[in-house]
Amino acid sequence: MIAALRAVFVRDLMIAFRVGGGAGIGVVFFLALVTVIPFAIGPDLPLLARIGPAVLWIGALLASLLGLDRIFSADHDDGSLDVLLLAPVPLELIAAAKGAAHWVATGLPLVIAAPLLGLLLGLEPRMLGAIALTLLLGTPALTFFGLVGAALAVALPRGGLLVAVLILPLTIPVLIFGVAATVGAAGGPVPFDMPLRLVGALSLATFVIGPVAAAAAIRQIRD
Amino acid sequence: MAFYELANPHRFMTLARCLTPACAVAAVVLLAVGFVLGFRAPADYQQGETVRIMYIHVPAAWLGLGIYTLMAISALGTLVWRHPLADVAAKAAAPIGAGFTLICLLTGALWGRPMWGAYWVWDARLTSMLVLFLLYLGILALWRAIEEPGQAGRAVAILTLVGFINVPIVKFSVDWWNTLHQPASVFRIDGPTIHPAILAPLLVTTLGFAALFVALHLAAMRNEILRRRVRTLRLLAAAEAR
Repeated sequence: MIAALRAVFVRDLMIAFRVGGGAGIGVVFFLALVTVIPFAIGPDLPLLARIGPAVLWIGALLASLLGLDRIFSADHDDGSLDVLLLAPVPLELIAAAKGAAHWVATGLPLVIAAPLLGLLLGLEPRMLGAIALTLLLGTPALTFFGLVGAALAVALPRGGLLVAVLILPLTIPVLIFGVAATVGAAGGPVPFDMPLRLVGALSLATFVIGPVAAAAAIRQIRD
Repeated sequence: MAFYELANPHRFMTLARCLTPACAVAAVVLLAVGFVLGFRAPADYQQGETVRIMYIHVPAAWLGLGIYTLMAISALGTLVWRHPLADVAAKAAAPIGAGFTLICLLTGALWGRPMWGAYWVWDARLTSMLVLFLLYLGILALWRAIEEPGQAGRAVAILTLVGFINVPIVKFSVDWWNTLHQPASVFRIDGPTIHPAILAPLLVTTLGFAALFVALHLAAMRNEILRRRVRTLRLLAAAEAR
């Protein structure tokens, strides 16, 4: 069973990184978004440093919503989802493996890129570390919430915007605690470790809820 | 009559046809009495006359939350018991719940302008109501996105349940984030802290709005069942014509 899950994971990663996979596009979008912000707000570095954590978190949130709808619908279109449904491995675990692969292909690059983009916004070195740490703990929650949306939109031809609309309200706690922990790291009025632990807790909880709900959705919709 | 007997849509239609006018009459009477009582109730010593908007605002907030709970129970009915009317109930409830949540937000904004000095503040309770409204809109969008009613019902049921699990987390996180709204004053362990002269009309209007919801919900459910019958008949006619 482990071998089967590893096969699903490796397959999804390979698809994501090959031509037409779209693994890098999220980071490019992230970069573009962070570049656009100073044009709207002005090149005032102290102000940008103050709103930097929020900008990076919102950028990462929006970038991780891109491409969510393809997690299952690509497999639905080419028929491989039927094979996965027939597999002796529980669909919940397959969904978890696919979610993990999606996170490695789209979430992890955002975590790595965020400190570099933080330099553009004039963040202090401590903030850069904090933003990478909070995103590392928080982006899995975004991906696994998104997994549910991806499963709900499995049979829809253009589900991308719908998935974003369904998932955004659910990700508010991750955003609140992620930004709070980042601000707390710089010695703000809020503590650092409590929101950070809550972000981790949300990731762990969605790691369970996400695949179970996604598998249920796929089974129910494809009855 | 047992719950499962309602699984027969024909029996439900008969029952709903009798109950809808009764609930509508009850709603009109209760709301009329409640509003009269509300206008006669003493004004608040701090808030003055503006307190009277509470007789609409608070029932709308309760119903907005209650209808989402009803939809979550219906979602269980769809997924677990496969009750044939569960997804009809969920579908009919969603726009009404969104409407009550919107009424709650709008009346709150109208009250907030004279009292807090702003139509909107990013306070915890306001924000969580706004998130609830967004959840309603997402559910409505998903209903409209999937063509086949049964399939749409099951997809929406899962979304409703995931949202329902998440609502307490959102509530907690938003409370932690920022709070300005007054704490709960009716449902408390040590009894309501609100004066009985103001509480009585509030409870009457709440019953009135609840009766209004039942009347609207039953009518919407009947419409949805008829709409599905029309759809089936059309599909059959199209299949025969081929």
